[in-house]
Amino acid sequence: MNKVLAIIKKDIVTELRTKELFSSMLLFALLIIVVFNFAFGFSVEILNLAAPAMLWIAFIFAGILGLSRSFALEKEGNAIMGMLLTPTDRSLIYAGKMISNTIFVFIVGVITVLMFILFFNYDFVSTLIPMIPIVLLGSIGFVSVGTLFSAMAINTRLREVLLPILLFPIIIPVIVSAVKLSGEVLDGNTIFDASASLKLLIAFDIIFVTACAVTFEYIIDES
Amino acid sequence: MNPSGFVANLIHMIRRILFILAFISIIASVYAAFIYAPTEPKMGHIQRIFYFHMGTVWVATVAFIIVFIASIMYLWKGTRKWDILAYCSAELGVLFLTLTIITGSVWAKPIWGTWWTWDPQLTTTFILWILYIVYLVLRSSAGNDTKKAKYAAVFAIIAFIDLPLVYISARVMRGISPVVFGPGGGGISPEMMNALLINMFACSLLFVVLLLERTDLERMKDAVARLKMS
Repeated sequence: MNKVLAIIKKDIVTELRTKELFSSMLLFALLIIVVFNFAFGFSVEILNLAAPAMLWIAFIFAGILGLSRSFALEKEGNAIMGMLLTPTDRSLIYAGKMISNTIFVFIVGVITVLMFILFFNYDFVSTLIPMIPIVLLGSIGFVSVGTLFSAMAINTRLREVLLPILLFPIIIPVIVSAVKLSGEVLDGNTIFDASASLKLLIAFDIIFVTACAVTFEYIIDES
Repeated sequence: MNPSGFVANLIHMIRRILFILAFISIIASVYAAFIYAPTEPKMGHIQRIFYFHMGTVWVATVAFIIVFIASIMYLWKGTRKWDILAYCSAELGVLFLTLTIITGSVWAKPIWGTWWTWDPQLTTTFILWILYIVYLVLRSSAGNDTKKAKYAAVFAIIAFIDLPLVYISARVMRGISPVVFGPGGGGISPEMMNALLINMFACSLLFVVLLLERTDLERMKDAVARLKMS
């Protein structure tokens, strides 16, 4: 457990010193929302219909940006080698990287929701609070597979380009259920009104955190 | 790699027989679909494409299950033959699934009035198709052989686990609860059933023959690479 915490701490300290990842992810999310706003021509009906989808597209794209940096950073100066040389189980390295990535993506997600509430005039308390568990569950599902694939993509010829190609078809269940749940919340219902989506999202998180932790050791050996 | 004498001859003969059998059964399947099977009263002749549709989708399913199992075996054992099997099977799976999608669209245009609809089964098939194309892209992009094999195996396993969830999410998305299975659900006559089985059998044989040839080709490539090195 200490080892996992050490990796998380290392990632957070690096991020706090540079702040480059955070600021670029946030800016990107913000820009996507702005671009959508222009694309939809400020029509309120369309915006209301498309709101949950917009939110998650902004969120996922910004997340991809962060994830592709996650292992690129380790690769610079061959820091990953150092991590692999420590007498640690490979799945612990995965856990550490995954949790720190989840923290970043989650925070960016929450701030995106905040900006969203601000721009599109939703009610503050009744929207933000039920959105938090959705963003958390969505982040876990997205990052669980994303961490595995970013470790993979960084070692291929296509590098960062490959990550979204690998990741998007896999995380379709996350996107579908998160959009559905957010839609319920933005319409003023609770997340339990879409219990099928909620179950799907939780099932995805459990299955893929496990599956990725198990398969991670095969990916990391070769780098 | 080079079983000598009697065994080699026997393997060669069996493969020759398989090839001939596949050839004959393909002709039989065309006959069964176009002449033997009665015309479906509601849909007319267009329904005949369904025999090929079912044949190819069956083979694609088998191919992807083979990819999944071979990938697990590769990660477990680490031997090249499992990787070759997974790769060749994925390639053929994509080929057959492409045929499935094309025949399905040709059938759907006059029957449903559209080439494509986003119902759960079609959506899942589409994602399945994309996933294994991505698998092939990943292979072509990942440098050396062991790395390529490991990455591909991990991706194949993750993709396969993902499929049931994709199917559920496609249903959640559309808000559909009852499962509509098969075309129209009408009863089919014994002749139609026979034609269907013959087609599935023919496609399976074709798949086996192609898979054997394809894995052989891959082994030969390996042998050539080894010879070049030495």
